[in-house]
Amino acid sequence: MAELAAVIASTHHPFYYRASTSTGADRPPFADEWVAKIERFRETLTRAEPDVLVMVGSDHFHQLWLDNMPQFLVGKAPFFDANFYNEEREFGLPRMTLRGEEDLAAHLLRDGLDRDFDLAFSNELRIDHSITCPIITLRPQADLPIVPVYTNIFAPPLPQPRRFVALGRAIREMVESWESDKRVAVIGTGHLSLELGGPRQFGEHGPDPEFDRRAVEWIASGDVEGCLAEVSLDSLHAPGNATHGFMDFMLMMGVAGEGAKADHVDTLDLFHTMEAYFTWYPNGVPGEVAPA
Amino acid sequence: MSRYLLDKFLYTVDRDPELVERYREDPAGTVAWWEAEMANRILNCTADERSTWLEFTEDERRALREHDHVTLFQMGAHPFLTLTLFIAVFERDHGPLEYQKAYGKAMEHISLPYPDIST
Repeated sequence: MAELAAVIASTHHPFYYRASTSTGADRPPFADEWVAKIERFRETLTRAEPDVLVMVGSDHFHQLWLDNMPQFLVGKAPFFDANFYNEEREFGLPRMTLRGEEDLAAHLLRDGLDRDFDLAFSNELRIDHSITCPIITLRPQADLPIVPVYTNIFAPPLPQPRRFVALGRAIREMVESWESDKRVAVIGTGHLSLELGGPRQFGEHGPDPEFDRRAVEWIASGDVEGCLAEVSLDSLHAPGNATHGFMDFMLMMGVAGEGAKADHVDTLDLFHTMEAYFTWYPNGVPGEVAPA
Repeated sequence: MSRYLLDKFLYTVDRDPELVERYREDPAGTVAWWEAEMANRILNCTADERSTWLEFTEDERRALREHDHVTLFQMGAHPFLTLTLFIAVFERDHGPLEYQKAYGKAMEHISLPYPDIST
Protein backbone atom coordinates (compact mmCIF):
# COMPACT_ATOMS: atom_id res chain seq x y z
CA MET A 1 0.00 0.00 0.00
CA ALA A 2 1.02 3.60 -0.49
CA GLU A 3 2.59 5.45 2.41
CA LEU A 4 1.34 8.81 3.63
CA ALA A 5 4.73 10.51 3.82
CA ALA A 6 3.62 13.94 4.96
CA VAL A 7 0.53 16.05 5.55
CA ILE A 8 1.00 19.75 4.91
CA ALA A 9 -1.39 22.64 5.45
CA SER A 10 -0.58 26.17 4.40
CA THR A 11 -2.01 29.51 3.52
CA HIS A 12 -1.62 30.34 -0.17
CA HIS A 13 -0.44 33.88 -0.65
CA PRO A 14 -0.40 34.88 -4.31
CA PHE A 15 2.06 37.73 -3.61
CA TYR A 16 4.82 35.38 -2.43
CA TYR A 17 6.16 34.68 -5.89
CA ARG A 18 6.58 38.36 -6.72
CA ALA A 19 7.90 39.28 -3.25
CA SER A 20 10.47 36.48 -3.25
CA THR A 21 11.76 37.15 -6.77
CA SER A 22 11.84 40.97 -6.63
CA THR A 23 15.09 42.81 -6.11
CA GLY A 24 16.35 46.25 -5.15
CA ALA A 25 13.76 48.92 -4.44
CA ASP A 26 10.96 46.58 -5.54
CA ARG A 27 11.76 44.06 -2.81
CA PRO A 28 9.41 44.49 0.16
CA PRO A 29 11.04 44.76 3.61
CA PHE A 30 9.44 41.52 4.82
CA ALA A 31 10.63 39.45 1.83
CA ASP A 32 13.81 38.04 3.38
CA GLU A 33 12.08 36.79 6.53
CA TRP A 34 9.27 35.35 4.41
CA VAL A 35 11.69 33.51 2.12
CA ALA A 36 13.59 32.10 5.12
CA LYS A 37 10.38 30.73 6.63
CA ILE A 38 9.30 29.26 3.30
CA GLU A 39 12.68 27.58 2.82
CA ARG A 40 12.39 25.91 6.23
CA PHE A 41 8.83 24.87 5.36
CA ARG A 42 9.98 23.51 1.99
CA GLU A 43 12.56 21.35 3.73
CA THR A 44 9.76 19.60 5.65
CA LEU A 45 8.37 18.31 2.36
CA THR A 46 11.75 17.56 0.82
CA ARG A 47 12.81 15.33 3.71
CA ALA A 48 9.59 13.30 3.37
CA GLU A 49 10.81 12.24 -0.10
CA PRO A 50 7.38 12.15 -1.72
CA ASP A 51 6.65 10.60 -5.12
CA VAL A 52 3.13 11.99 -5.56
CA LEU A 53 1.31 15.07 -4.26
CA VAL A 54 -2.41 15.24 -3.55
CA MET A 55 -3.12 18.97 -3.76
CA VAL A 56 -6.22 20.33 -2.01
CA GLY A 57 -7.26 23.81 -3.05
CA SER A 58 -10.17 25.88 -4.32
CA ASP A 59 -10.73 27.36 -7.75
CA HIS A 60 -11.25 31.14 -7.56
CA PHE A 61 -13.83 31.43 -10.37
CA HIS A 62 -11.30 30.51 -13.01
CA GLN A 63 -12.52 27.32 -14.66
CA LEU A 64 -15.40 26.53 -12.31
CA TRP A 65 -18.38 28.81 -12.63
CA LEU A 66 -21.84 29.34 -11.20
CA ASP A 67 -23.62 27.66 -14.13
CA ASN A 68 -22.11 24.31 -13.13
CA MET A 69 -20.54 24.45 -9.67
CA PRO A 70 -19.20 21.30 -7.99
CA GLN A 71 -18.76 21.13 -4.19
CA PHE A 72 -15.81 18.70 -4.26
CA LEU A 73 -13.98 17.80 -7.46
CA VAL A 74 -11.04 15.55 -8.31
CA GLY A 75 -8.88 16.28 -11.33
CA LYS A 76 -8.03 13.16 -13.32
CA ALA A 77 -5.81 13.95 -16.28
CA PRO A 78 -2.27 13.24 -17.48
CA PHE A 79 -1.37 16.93 -17.28
CA PHE A 80 -2.61 20.07 -15.61
CA ASP A 81 -1.82 23.43 -17.10
CA ALA A 82 -1.84 26.15 -14.52
CA ASN A 83 -2.49 29.78 -13.75
CA PHE A 84 -4.72 32.21 -15.58
CA TYR A 85 -4.43 35.56 -17.31
CA ASN A 86 -5.87 37.47 -14.35
CA GLU A 87 -3.36 35.79 -11.98
CA GLU A 88 -0.50 36.83 -14.24
CA ARG A 89 -1.98 40.31 -14.38
CA GLU A 90 -2.51 40.82 -10.65
CA PHE A 91 0.14 38.63 -9.04
CA GLY A 92 2.76 38.10 -11.76
CA LEU A 93 2.35 34.32 -11.47
CA PRO A 94 4.06 32.21 -14.17
CA ARG A 95 2.30 29.73 -16.44
CA MET A 96 3.09 26.15 -15.45
CA THR A 97 2.32 22.57 -16.50
CA LEU A 98 2.23 19.77 -13.94
CA ARG A 99 1.95 16.05 -14.53
CA GLY A 100 -1.08 14.18 -13.18
CA GLU A 101 -1.22 10.85 -11.32
CA GLU A 102 -4.27 9.30 -12.94
CA ASP A 103 -4.17 5.99 -11.13
CA LEU A 104 -4.45 7.66 -7.72
CA ALA A 105 -7.10 10.07 -9.07
CA ALA A 106 -9.17 7.12 -10.31
CA HIS A 107 -8.78 5.42 -6.92
CA LEU A 108 -9.91 8.54 -5.03
CA LEU A 109 -12.93 8.91 -7.30
CA ARG A 110 -14.05 5.28 -7.11
CA ASP A 111 -13.34 4.86 -3.41
CA GLY A 112 -14.70 8.31 -2.58
CA LEU A 113 -18.01 7.59 -4.32
CA ASP A 114 -18.24 4.30 -2.47
CA ARG A 115 -17.72 6.19 0.80
CA ASP A 116 -20.70 8.45 0.00
CA PHE A 117 -18.73 11.46 -1.21
CA ASP A 118 -20.36 12.25 -4.54
CA LEU A 119 -17.19 13.67 -6.03
CA ALA A 120 -17.29 15.54 -9.31
CA PHE A 121 -14.39 15.05 -11.70
CA SER A 122 -12.61 16.88 -14.44
CA ASN A 123 -10.52 15.37 -17.23
CA GLU A 124 -9.25 18.76 -18.39
CA LEU A 125 -8.55 21.08 -15.51
CA ARG A 126 -6.50 24.23 -15.52
CA ILE A 127 -5.45 24.78 -11.94
CA ASP A 128 -5.08 28.12 -10.24
CA HIS A 129 -2.99 29.74 -7.53
CA SER A 130 -4.61 27.78 -4.70
CA ILE A 131 -2.53 24.86 -5.99
CA THR A 132 0.35 26.58 -7.75
CA CYS A 133 1.24 28.75 -4.74
CA PRO A 134 2.14 25.71 -2.64
CA ILE A 135 3.98 24.22 -5.63
CA ILE A 136 6.01 27.44 -5.82
CA THR A 137 6.69 27.51 -2.08
CA LEU A 138 7.12 23.80 -1.35
CA ARG A 139 8.26 22.19 -4.60
CA PRO A 140 9.38 24.92 -7.00
CA GLN A 141 10.96 22.41 -9.36
CA ALA A 142 7.36 21.22 -10.00
CA ASP A 143 8.63 17.75 -10.84
CA LEU A 144 6.11 15.50 -9.07
CA PRO A 145 2.78 14.26 -10.43
CA ILE A 146 -0.29 15.61 -8.66
CA VAL A 147 -3.92 14.83 -7.99
CA PRO A 148 -5.83 18.10 -7.56
CA VAL A 149 -8.80 18.09 -5.20
CA TYR A 150 -10.93 21.21 -5.38
CA THR A 151 -13.37 22.28 -2.69
CA ASN A 152 -16.02 24.96 -2.81
CA ILE A 153 -15.23 27.55 -0.14
CA PHE A 154 -16.23 30.38 -2.41
CA ALA A 155 -19.70 30.17 -3.94
CA PRO A 156 -22.50 29.61 -1.42
CA PRO A 157 -24.28 27.37 -0.61
CA LEU A 158 -21.14 25.69 0.77
CA PRO A 159 -20.77 22.25 2.38
CA GLN A 160 -20.68 22.22 6.19
CA PRO A 161 -17.28 22.33 7.97
CA ARG A 162 -17.80 18.76 9.21
CA ARG A 163 -17.93 17.58 5.59
CA PHE A 164 -14.52 19.11 4.95
CA VAL A 165 -13.14 17.28 7.99
CA ALA A 166 -14.85 14.04 6.93
CA LEU A 167 -13.45 14.31 3.40
CA GLY A 168 -10.00 14.85 4.88
CA ARG A 169 -10.33 11.71 6.99
CA ALA A 170 -11.52 9.79 3.93
CA ILE A 171 -8.64 11.09 1.78
CA ARG A 172 -6.19 9.78 4.34
CA GLU A 173 -7.80 6.34 4.38
CA MET A 174 -8.01 6.27 0.60
CA VAL A 175 -4.38 7.25 0.14
CA GLU A 176 -3.32 4.60 2.64
CA SER A 177 -5.39 1.98 0.81
CA TRP A 178 -4.03 2.83 -2.65
CA GLU A 179 -2.33 -0.22 -4.08
CA SER A 180 1.01 1.34 -4.82
CA ASP A 181 4.48 1.51 -3.37
CA LYS A 182 4.53 5.28 -3.78
CA ARG A 183 5.08 7.84 -1.04
CA VAL A 184 2.24 10.36 -1.05
CA ALA A 185 2.17 13.81 0.50
CA VAL A 186 -1.21 15.49 0.94
CA ILE A 187 -0.89 19.27 0.73
CA GLY A 188 -3.81 21.61 1.25
CA THR A 189 -4.07 25.37 1.29
CA GLY A 190 -6.64 27.75 2.66
CA HIS A 191 -6.82 30.93 4.68
CA LEU A 192 -6.93 32.17 8.21
CA SER A 193 -9.06 35.29 8.70
CA LEU A 194 -9.33 37.11 5.38
CA GLU A 195 -11.36 39.91 3.90
CA LEU A 196 -11.55 40.38 0.12
CA GLY A 197 -13.52 43.18 -1.45
CA GLY A 198 -14.93 44.40 1.87
CA PRO A 199 -14.25 47.25 4.31
CA ARG A 200 -11.70 45.30 6.38
CA GLN A 201 -9.35 44.34 3.52
CA PHE A 202 -5.66 45.21 3.25
CA GLY A 203 -5.21 46.27 6.86
CA GLU A 204 -2.00 46.20 8.90
CA HIS A 205 -2.76 42.61 9.92
CA GLY A 206 -5.37 40.04 9.03
CA PRO A 207 -8.90 41.24 9.83
CA ASP A 208 -9.17 39.12 13.00
CA PRO A 209 -5.86 38.36 14.77
CA GLU A 210 -7.69 36.66 17.66
CA PHE A 211 -9.35 34.21 15.27
CA ASP A 212 -5.95 33.59 13.69
CA ARG A 213 -4.39 32.84 17.07
CA ARG A 214 -7.10 30.34 17.94
CA ALA A 215 -7.02 28.80 14.46
CA VAL A 216 -3.28 28.20 14.64
CA GLU A 217 -3.78 26.57 18.04
CA TRP A 218 -6.54 24.27 16.73
CA ILE A 219 -4.44 23.20 13.76
CA ALA A 220 -1.10 22.84 15.56
CA SER A 221 -2.63 20.74 18.35
CA GLY A 222 -4.92 18.71 16.08
CA ASP A 223 -7.96 19.88 18.04
CA VAL A 224 -10.47 18.84 15.39
CA GLU A 225 -13.42 18.50 17.75
CA GLY A 226 -12.71 21.81 19.48
CA CYS A 227 -12.52 23.51 16.12
CA LEU A 228 -15.73 21.87 14.87
CA ALA A 229 -17.51 22.93 18.06
CA GLU A 230 -16.67 26.59 17.44
CA VAL A 231 -16.73 26.96 13.68
CA SER A 232 -19.87 27.06 11.56
CA LEU A 233 -20.77 28.41 8.13
CA ASP A 234 -22.35 31.39 9.92
CA SER A 235 -19.51 32.01 12.38
CA LEU A 236 -16.91 32.21 9.61
CA HIS A 237 -18.42 35.48 8.33
CA ALA A 238 -17.29 37.29 11.47
CA PRO A 239 -13.48 37.05 11.10
CA GLY A 240 -13.59 38.25 7.48
CA ASN A 241 -15.73 37.69 4.41
CA ALA A 242 -13.30 35.24 2.76
CA THR A 243 -12.60 33.24 5.92
CA HIS A 244 -14.56 30.23 4.65
CA GLY A 245 -11.23 29.28 3.09
CA PHE A 246 -10.36 28.13 6.60
CA MET A 247 -12.44 25.03 5.87
CA ASP A 248 -9.59 23.77 3.68
CA PHE A 249 -7.43 23.87 6.82
CA MET A 250 -10.16 21.88 8.57
CA LEU A 251 -10.02 19.34 5.76
CA MET A 252 -6.27 19.02 6.34
CA MET A 253 -6.87 18.57 10.09
CA GLY A 254 -9.05 15.64 9.06
CA VAL A 255 -6.18 14.21 7.03
CA ALA A 256 -3.73 14.67 9.92
CA GLY A 257 -6.12 13.14 12.45
CA GLU A 258 -7.72 14.00 15.79
CA GLY A 259 -5.12 14.99 18.36
CA ALA A 260 -2.26 14.93 15.84
CA LYS A 261 0.24 17.58 16.88
CA ALA A 262 1.98 19.19 13.94
CA ASP A 263 5.71 18.48 13.65
CA HIS A 264 6.36 21.89 12.09
CA VAL A 265 4.43 25.05 12.91
CA ASP A 266 5.30 28.52 11.72
CA THR A 267 3.46 31.79 11.12
CA LEU A 268 4.22 35.16 9.64
CA ASP A 269 2.15 38.22 10.41
CA LEU A 270 1.82 40.18 7.17
CA PHE A 271 -0.37 43.09 6.13
CA HIS A 272 -3.82 41.94 4.98
CA THR A 273 -3.48 38.35 6.25
CA MET A 274 -1.46 36.04 8.46
CA GLU A 275 0.60 33.29 6.87
CA ALA A 276 0.60 29.88 8.57
CA TYR A 277 2.53 26.69 7.80
CA PHE A 278 2.05 23.20 9.26
CA THR A 279 3.60 19.80 8.57
CA TRP A 280 2.74 16.43 10.09
CA TYR A 281 4.64 13.18 9.62
CA PRO A 282 2.07 10.40 10.26
CA ASN A 283 4.78 7.74 10.34
CA GLY A 284 7.39 9.64 12.32
CA VAL A 285 9.83 12.36 11.44
CA PRO A 286 11.95 11.17 8.50
CA GLY A 287 15.48 10.28 9.56
CA GLU A 288 14.64 10.13 13.26
CA VAL A 289 14.42 6.81 15.08
CA ALA A 290 11.08 6.38 16.79
CA PRO A 291 11.31 6.28 20.60
CA ALA A 292 11.30 2.75 22.00
CA MET B 1 -32.22 41.38 -8.19
CA SER B 2 -30.00 39.12 -10.26
CA ARG B 3 -26.81 38.55 -8.33
CA TYR B 4 -25.96 35.76 -10.72
CA LEU B 5 -26.01 38.09 -13.71
CA LEU B 6 -23.93 40.73 -11.93
CA ASP B 7 -21.40 38.02 -11.13
CA LYS B 8 -21.51 36.78 -14.73
CA PHE B 9 -20.68 40.26 -16.00
CA LEU B 10 -17.77 40.65 -13.56
CA TYR B 11 -16.49 37.14 -14.32
CA THR B 12 -16.61 37.34 -18.10
CA VAL B 13 -15.09 40.81 -18.25
CA ASP B 14 -12.34 40.06 -15.72
CA ARG B 15 -11.06 37.04 -17.66
CA ASP B 16 -10.78 38.86 -20.99
CA PRO B 17 -7.99 41.47 -21.38
CA GLU B 18 -9.80 43.28 -24.19
CA LEU B 19 -13.03 43.54 -22.21
CA VAL B 20 -11.15 44.84 -19.17
CA GLU B 21 -9.89 47.75 -21.27
CA ARG B 22 -13.31 48.35 -22.84
CA TYR B 23 -14.92 48.46 -19.41
CA ARG B 24 -12.31 50.96 -18.24
CA GLU B 25 -12.64 53.26 -21.24
CA ASP B 26 -16.36 52.97 -22.00
CA PRO B 27 -18.30 51.47 -19.10
CA ALA B 28 -21.76 52.51 -20.33
CA GLY B 29 -21.15 51.15 -23.83
CA THR B 30 -19.62 47.96 -22.49
CA VAL B 31 -22.53 47.28 -20.12
CA ALA B 32 -25.10 47.87 -22.90
CA TRP B 33 -23.20 45.69 -25.39
CA TRP B 34 -22.66 42.97 -22.79
CA GLU B 35 -26.31 42.80 -21.77
CA ALA B 36 -27.41 42.58 -25.44
CA GLU B 37 -24.81 40.07 -26.58
CA MET B 38 -23.43 38.19 -23.59
CA ALA B 39 -25.98 38.11 -20.76
CA ASN B 40 -27.87 35.15 -22.23
CA ARG B 41 -24.88 33.28 -23.57
CA ILE B 42 -24.36 29.97 -21.76
CA LEU B 43 -20.62 29.81 -21.39
CA ASN B 44 -20.23 26.10 -22.02
CA CYS B 45 -22.69 25.87 -24.93
CA THR B 46 -22.54 26.90 -28.58
CA ALA B 47 -23.60 30.44 -29.44
CA ASP B 48 -26.98 29.31 -30.77
CA GLU B 49 -27.97 27.59 -27.54
CA ARG B 50 -28.76 30.70 -25.56
CA SER B 51 -30.84 31.47 -22.51
CA THR B 52 -33.85 33.73 -23.00
CA TRP B 53 -34.52 35.35 -19.64
CA LEU B 54 -31.50 37.15 -18.19
CA GLU B 55 -31.50 40.92 -17.85
CA PHE B 56 -30.24 43.55 -15.42
CA THR B 57 -32.42 45.82 -13.34
CA GLU B 58 -31.86 49.52 -13.96
CA ASP B 59 -30.09 49.83 -10.59
CA GLU B 60 -27.71 47.05 -11.56
CA ARG B 61 -26.97 48.63 -14.93
CA ARG B 62 -26.27 51.92 -13.22
CA ALA B 63 -23.92 50.40 -10.62
CA LEU B 64 -21.92 48.69 -13.36
CA ARG B 65 -21.93 51.76 -15.63
CA GLU B 66 -20.72 53.98 -12.79
CA HIS B 67 -17.98 51.58 -11.63
CA ASP B 68 -19.72 51.73 -8.25
CA HIS B 69 -18.09 48.97 -6.25
CA VAL B 70 -19.80 50.00 -3.01
CA THR B 71 -23.28 49.55 -4.49
CA LEU B 72 -22.23 46.29 -6.13
CA PHE B 73 -21.12 45.05 -2.70
CA GLN B 74 -24.44 46.10 -1.17
CA MET B 75 -26.29 44.28 -3.96
CA GLY B 76 -24.46 41.08 -3.07
CA ALA B 77 -22.20 40.84 -6.10
CA HIS B 78 -19.39 38.43 -5.27
CA PRO B 79 -16.75 40.62 -3.53
CA PHE B 80 -13.83 38.65 -4.96
CA LEU B 81 -15.01 39.16 -8.53
CA THR B 82 -15.63 42.87 -8.05
CA LEU B 83 -12.28 43.40 -6.31
CA THR B 84 -10.27 41.50 -8.90
CA LEU B 85 -11.81 43.29 -11.86
CA PHE B 86 -11.65 46.72 -10.27
CA ILE B 87 -7.97 46.26 -9.37
CA ALA B 88 -7.37 45.44 -13.03
CA VAL B 89 -9.23 48.57 -14.10
CA PHE B 90 -7.97 51.11 -11.56
CA GLU B 91 -4.82 49.98 -9.76
CA ARG B 92 -2.61 51.35 -12.53
CA ASP B 93 -3.66 54.91 -11.63
CA HIS B 94 -2.42 54.59 -8.03
CA GLY B 95 0.63 53.88 -5.89
CA PRO B 96 1.30 50.47 -4.32
CA LEU B 97 -1.80 49.23 -2.42
CA GLU B 98 -3.25 52.75 -2.50
CA TYR B 99 -6.23 51.67 -4.58
CA GLN B 100 -6.93 48.55 -2.49
CA LYS B 101 -6.94 50.58 0.72
CA ALA B 102 -9.18 53.29 -0.73
CA TYR B 103 -11.53 50.60 -2.04
CA GLY B 104 -11.99 49.29 1.52
CA LYS B 105 -12.18 52.78 3.02
CA ALA B 106 -15.10 53.65 0.74
CA MET B 107 -17.03 50.83 2.44
CA GLU B 108 -16.11 51.61 6.05
CA HIS B 109 -19.73 52.51 6.87
CA ILE B 110 -20.81 48.92 6.08
CA SER B 111 -20.98 46.60 9.08
CA LEU B 112 -21.79 42.93 9.66
CA PRO B 113 -23.78 41.10 8.56
CA TYR B 114 -22.70 41.80 5.00
CA PRO B 115 -25.20 41.35 2.17
CA ASP B 116 -25.91 37.79 1.10
CA ILE B 117 -23.82 36.73 -1.90
CA SER B 118 -25.45 33.37 -2.55
CA THR B 119 -26.82 32.83 -6.04
